[in-house]
Amino acid sequence: MPVYALNPGYQGERMDRVENFHGNQIVYLGWDEHRMFCAAKAFPLPPSMPFAALIENIMPEAFGQHPEFKQINWDSAEWLLDGEPFKPQADVSLADQGVGHKSLIRFKTPELTGYQGAGV
Amino acid sequence: MAAKKLNIKDKYRLLTRDLDWEFSYEDPKQAFPYEEFEGIKITDWSKWEDPFRLTMDSYWKYQAEKEKKLYAIFDAFSQNNGHLNVTDSRYVNAVKLFLTGVSPLEYQAYQGFAHVGRQFSGVGARVACQMQSLDELRHVQTQIHAMSHYNKFFDGFQEFSHMHDRVWYLSVPRSFFCDARSAGPFEFMIAIGFSFEYVLTNLLFVPFMSGAAHNGDMATVTFGFSAQSDEARHMTLGLEVIKFLLEQHEDNVPIVQKWIDKWFWRGTRLLTIVAMMMDYMLPNKVMSWKEAWEVYFEEAGGALFKDLARYGIRMPKYAETIEKEKEHISHQAWWTFYTHGHAAGFHTWIPSDEELDWLSAQYPDTFDKYYRPMWELAKEQEAKGERFYTSGLPQLCQTCQIPMLFTEMDNPNQNSMRDYLYQGERYHFCSDGCCDIFKEEPEKYVQSWLPVHQIFQGNCGGPGVGEVLSDYYRMNVGVDNMDIKGSPDEVRWNKWKGVA
Amino acid sequence: MSKVYIALQDNDESRYIVEAIEESNPDATVIHQPAMIRIERENRLVIERAVVEEKMGREWDVQELHINLITLGGNVDEDDDQFVLEWKQ
Ligand SMILES: [Fe+2]
Ligand SMILES: [Fe+2]
Ligand SMILES: [Zn+2]
Repeated sequence: MPVYALNPGYQGERMDRVENFHGNQIVYLGWDEHRMFCAAKAFPLPPSMPFAALIENIMPEAFGQHPEFKQINWDSAEWLLDGEPFKPQADVSLADQGVGHKSLIRFKTPELTGYQGAGV
Repeated sequence: MAAKKLNIKDKYRLLTRDLDWEFSYEDPKQAFPYEEFEGIKITDWSKWEDPFRLTMDSYWKYQAEKEKKLYAIFDAFSQNNGHLNVTDSRYVNAVKLFLTGVSPLEYQAYQGFAHVGRQFSGVGARVACQMQSLDELRHVQTQIHAMSHYNKFFDGFQEFSHMHDRVWYLSVPRSFFCDARSAGPFEFMIAIGFSFEYVLTNLLFVPFMSGAAHNGDMATVTFGFSAQSDEARHMTLGLEVIKFLLEQHEDNVPIVQKWIDKWFWRGTRLLTIVAMMMDYMLPNKVMSWKEAWEVYFEEAGGALFKDLARYGIRMPKYAETIEKEKEHISHQAWWTFYTHGHAAGFHTWIPSDEELDWLSAQYPDTFDKYYRPMWELAKEQEAKGERFYTSGLPQLCQTCQIPMLFTEMDNPNQNSMRDYLYQGERYHFCSDGCCDIFKEEPEKYVQSWLPVHQIFQGNCGGPGVGEVLSDYYRMNVGVDNMDIKGSPDEVRWNKWKGVA
Repeated sequence: MSKVYIALQDNDESRYIVEAIEESNPDATVIHQPAMIRIERENRLVIERAVVEEKMGREWDVQELHINLITLGGNVDEDDDQFVLEWKQ
């Protein structure tokens, strides 16, 4: 049952349809086992943004406050896109490599274990 | 000859039976249109019994007495500048959180019970809901009165009802009650009457009130206990409701179980703010969240579910996850507020060294391993003059609307994240519990008003977060928010106390 | 077996009620906490009007209990003479 409602056929309004974001789509970014940031972060980004621009412009805004940020080796980072292993292509747009509205991009930095090695 | 005094059983029977009438020429289904769509089957409303057998005359009599006692204390509190007796200016932030996050729920409870009190065709249930509705209205009023005294001396109290409807973290309690109130009347009773009142309200009020008593806050102790005297009746109503539904028809059992599973999960997520209040916001600690959880949920709730086993009801789903999370959630929540201290309507701070040691002692299995390093980092940043306020906006859970701050119980370093595709759109959840709730009724939760997405859609003013805070939330930026260190609250407090 | 419990505000009236509870339920446990008194007992606890009246030295209506009540756990049954808390498992 999609909902228990008084009237049959009741449908809810989708509050976060991509059309509501003025040409952007929401992308979530999470740095695994780095709990200095309490949760993944949300960004409204143009679907045409190349992945290289995301790394260059959005990643510092998202995670640049972390003492380990400058040491990140983006070449050895391991990625998950919506839960599936993922190899980002630097020059391809988000949309063209399957990053959709409300996609979650997670990355692991195997050589960086967080502040005091504690996953922080 | 004096009239024979009725005993309470007779009085209650007369109130709840003889004042009702049969629908002889109108269709009862039209009079009570909400009673069937949830699938609950009631065969005999006359089996409903209020164990307190409270009638309206006694109700008014005792409520009036409670109010008289309460307002006498409020007067004494403000005449004696009671705010100066609290432990320190940090404590008052717990009261701000209560006024913005909890008191408006009392108002929602009032609205909810007034609504369901109209929708049941059984008169006993209607009378009980009506009394509870009046109680809840009394609770919000007395809480506002009590806390209005603090509003004269501290920042952050001035726009509590406006904030409740808009501020990002207050969408958590707000949407919890909106969810319950937009459900059918029976689900509302299981959600609020049973799950919330019977088990969880103890965890909300008793620690808050003992905390207030321990921190010199007479006003809060008094309104809290006065409200609790009604809560004991609400808890009893909650238990009666569930027994009544389970006894009426065996088909009700799986429906009730599903609601228990849902609302215990929703409730424990909601109580995360109480956990953080107890462990981090009270300068004088009463007991840890973990201990409160053990006394009021594991022990008291355990007894309750043993009692309900005879109807075929089991412990709520994910009870094992909840049991593990008691070691984590208060730390995760306070870290979230600390790092978002620029966007909160109250002050945040790094725990003192003694407090860090207290936390280590209370949480020997988790605190030093997972959480102390965070505070070490925060101290380091603060010492460099870079008090850590996180950039950007967090991802939120579609169901509970809490930032996705919870972690996996088999790897507490990793945030717990679930997602689900519904009709081509992706939705995100903090847990299996929240994901299950969505899957059961996606058409309800696609409507979640998620503050972060609303900001990006341009529905909360802006363009920057600063304008959202000051204009849309009506926070007094730089005064209500940020660290307690150097805040106007702290400066005034030190002046009153003669501290340099 | 599980415990039923009741918590009362710590004040002058409650003191007599607690004394009465201890007399009616000799093996109940009384726990003093900040501003409140919690009483627990395995399975069943009773408050008898006659005993409370004797302690208070005045008439006492069982429903007056509501004024000082903070919380309880167990199934309630109340009439003119007593207030009972009980688990039925
Ligand atoms: Fe209430
Ligand atoms: Fe209540
Ligand atoms: Zn959630």
